[in-house]
Amino acid sequence: MSRAVRRARRSRIGDLGLAAALAAECVAFAALSPHFFTAENLLNVSLQASITAIIAAGMTFVILTGGIDLSVGSVVAVAGIVATSTLKAGLAPSVGIPLAILVALAFGALSGSIAGLFVTRFAVAPFIVTLALMTVWRGTAFVVTGGRPVWELPESFGYLGSGRPLGVPLPSLAMLGVYAAAHVVLLHTRFGRYVLAVGGNAEAARLAGIRTGRVVAGVYVLCGVLSAASGVLLASRMNSGQPNAGMMYELDVIAAVVVGGTSLSGGRGSIAGTFLGAMLIAVLRNGLNLLNVNSYVQQVVVGVVILLAVLADTARKKR
Amino acid sequence: MSTLLELRGIVKRYGGVLALDGVDFGVERGEVHALVGENGAGKSTLMKILAGAIPRDAGTVLVEGAEADLDSPAASLRLGIGMIHQDLKIVPEMTVAENLLLGAEPLLAGTPFLDRRAMERAARAALAQLGEDLDPWAKAGRLGVARQQIVEIAGAISRKVRVLALDEPTASLTGREIARLFDVVRRLRAEGAGIVYISHRLDEVFEIADRVTVLRDGRTVASAPASTIDRTTLVRWMIGREIAEGAREGAPAAGEEILRLEGVASGWLGPVNLALRRGEVLGLAGLVGAGRTELARLVFGADRPDSGRMFLEGREIAPRSPREAIDLGIALLTEDRNRLGLVSTMNVRENVTLASLRALGRGIFTSLRREETATRRHVDRLRIRAPSLDAGVDQLSGGNRQKVVLARWLETRSKVLIFDEPTAGVDVAAKAEILALVRELAAGGAGVMVVSSDLPELLGLSDRILVLCEGAIAGDLAAGEATQERVMTLATGGGREAA
Repeated sequence: MSRAVRRARRSRIGDLGLAAALAAECVAFAALSPHFFTAENLLNVSLQASITAIIAAGMTFVILTGGIDLSVGSVVAVAGIVATSTLKAGLAPSVGIPLAILVALAFGALSGSIAGLFVTRFAVAPFIVTLALMTVWRGTAFVVTGGRPVWELPESFGYLGSGRPLGVPLPSLAMLGVYAAAHVVLLHTRFGRYVLAVGGNAEAARLAGIRTGRVVAGVYVLCGVLSAASGVLLASRMNSGQPNAGMMYELDVIAAVVVGGTSLSGGRGSIAGTFLGAMLIAVLRNGLNLLNVNSYVQQVVVGVVILLAVLADTARKKR
Repeated sequence: MSTLLELRGIVKRYGGVLALDGVDFGVERGEVHALVGENGAGKSTLMKILAGAIPRDAGTVLVEGAEADLDSPAASLRLGIGMIHQDLKIVPEMTVAENLLLGAEPLLAGTPFLDRRAMERAARAALAQLGEDLDPWAKAGRLGVARQQIVEIAGAISRKVRVLALDEPTASLTGREIARLFDVVRRLRAEGAGIVYISHRLDEVFEIADRVTVLRDGRTVASAPASTIDRTTLVRWMIGREIAEGAREGAPAAGEEILRLEGVASGWLGPVNLALRRGEVLGLAGLVGAGRTELARLVFGADRPDSGRMFLEGREIAPRSPREAIDLGIALLTEDRNRLGLVSTMNVRENVTLASLRALGRGIFTSLRREETATRRHVDRLRIRAPSLDAGVDQLSGGNRQKVVLARWLETRSKVLIFDEPTAGVDVAAKAEILALVRELAAGGAGVMVVSSDLPELLGLSDRILVLCEGAIAGDLAAGEATQERVMTLATGGGREAA
């Protein structure tokens, strides 16, 4: 058997290992709690996971280039406020809601563009740029709202976050759509290939004719837009724009990507892995809730699971 | 003489691939033993086993007659086996003494604090043994590659190394530095050390080695005293057949001008005037730092010139990025394929198609089928030995890696190709193939520029030689009038000729 075949198989076993861990986790919780393996609860898990999972798809691209985006949680808050404030402008819901979504997504793209500009043109470390943006947007959220939530919104806006076409929560469907698209973009478009190349060796990529600046800026815009989309869904679910929405989301999002096997040094990783990583963490939270595990203990458990997942990944790569 | 180190029947498998198939090798006290072979012959694997970096699957290692495990780098060092790698393991931010004693720092008795005086003494002593007088407190990163190498060798000496393996030690050294290194090697030999010397440069092997062992396909094919064999025999052992080295057929008539540079300058480089014709191989000769790579990068848009004009097929061009240069039909095979050429996280196919995805895709999408067809064609034509198209490039040997980068630029179908050190660190057979390919590309109507520090190779390959010296063109010689002596005279600033 050629090395390549084994290598390919090995990388798939990585995803399979993650899938197996997820399955084992589900079986364990199903055995421990009669409420776990019910359609309602599983849909609930997917709904709870959807908000951060959508962002994690974008974060995967950022991390694949060797970067990081710490501003996602604050972008969620500002995007929610931008959307809800637009709704308060008094337009008919049929116009107002699409407009609110568009304006929020445009804000996400703007935030991503700013991050991309600083990272590429001014060569500032992504960690610093997005840390700064995280603070700027969080502060902005509190300043423009005066610390009070934006509410009294058109009733139909709530459908985005709480609607259930065919019984499935809309954010869960949105998440599946985002992941399907992200998978195709990463593996079957030029942009996706360039992302992997830039993350693997940026200078070699540039000398092969790749406009690396555009690629890097592109991943921050993508991540910003997906964060804003999550922000709109969250605002709809809460029926308000909250200045403290999305607090600490960046950590959950990065955890999902890392548990999913994407290398923080860039170049290696997958969308499927991130999806499984996000699900693994969501199921864990949900299961521990059903078992009435104290929320502080939950934090410890989730942290340990992240460490174990990364450990398993390192061991697998060494073999 | 007595045997210091003996390896018997060493076997190493990587999955199904047999990298070493019962290799026998040994070093006597006071001997320089050269280990040669093509890339992929198993030299690196054998060295890794010797260094304790990877375990062997079978075979015996005897150090001064006693069986040894070599199960970790520390174990190898304890047994007195030291290794100087091609890419040096110097920590640039640390001083000479700190690098030299890394991991074996002397402490003030009974304290966790470094004994700086003892460090200085030890560093000076080890350096003096090599006839070097370096400041122990100079930052290692400030030293040239040759000096850094000496620091590493001194580090090995301070650890009482009895067997020292040197892997391609002259790859980035100039002629004078090589002579110094050989002095050091001879000194160590006189003191009774056993030296394992790995090199592709056969002239050096004959100059320094007492004995030569040839590896091919993971087996020891021959071992003989260096004085009893000649170059032809050695090459035949290495590749298992005869090849003509550096021979070139009669020069074809060059076509019309394809690239012209007028007064191109950037910083200390230039102004450079040059013209390249279709079907011509133009050699760029010069010492390291003469500006050859810098000139290539200007043409390719990797750097921007301060002034001057460039014309491609009579039309003025000013590429602002590699992308623009590639779109214009210019390709640059960079020096240092690992750092500037390959994306090590990607596979063979992805590396080959990286510069041509637009042409090989459909709209914004990539096409796996078209990519595979294109890659397969290059793999066959260039005889790239890879487990599969989806094998990571980090699994390939140096020569095959270079061919992967070559394939990338062939796929762009460029009109002007610039090759920067295309045969550096490449084995004899692959070298001949790459040189033949360069001629073939020129014969096909491309204009080709080749930068090479291997002067005989460049003379054999080029229709015309431009000699650069300190950023300026010092001479323009036709193939017939270029000799090694003449080029070196010009390259070292002697007797400037009109460009």
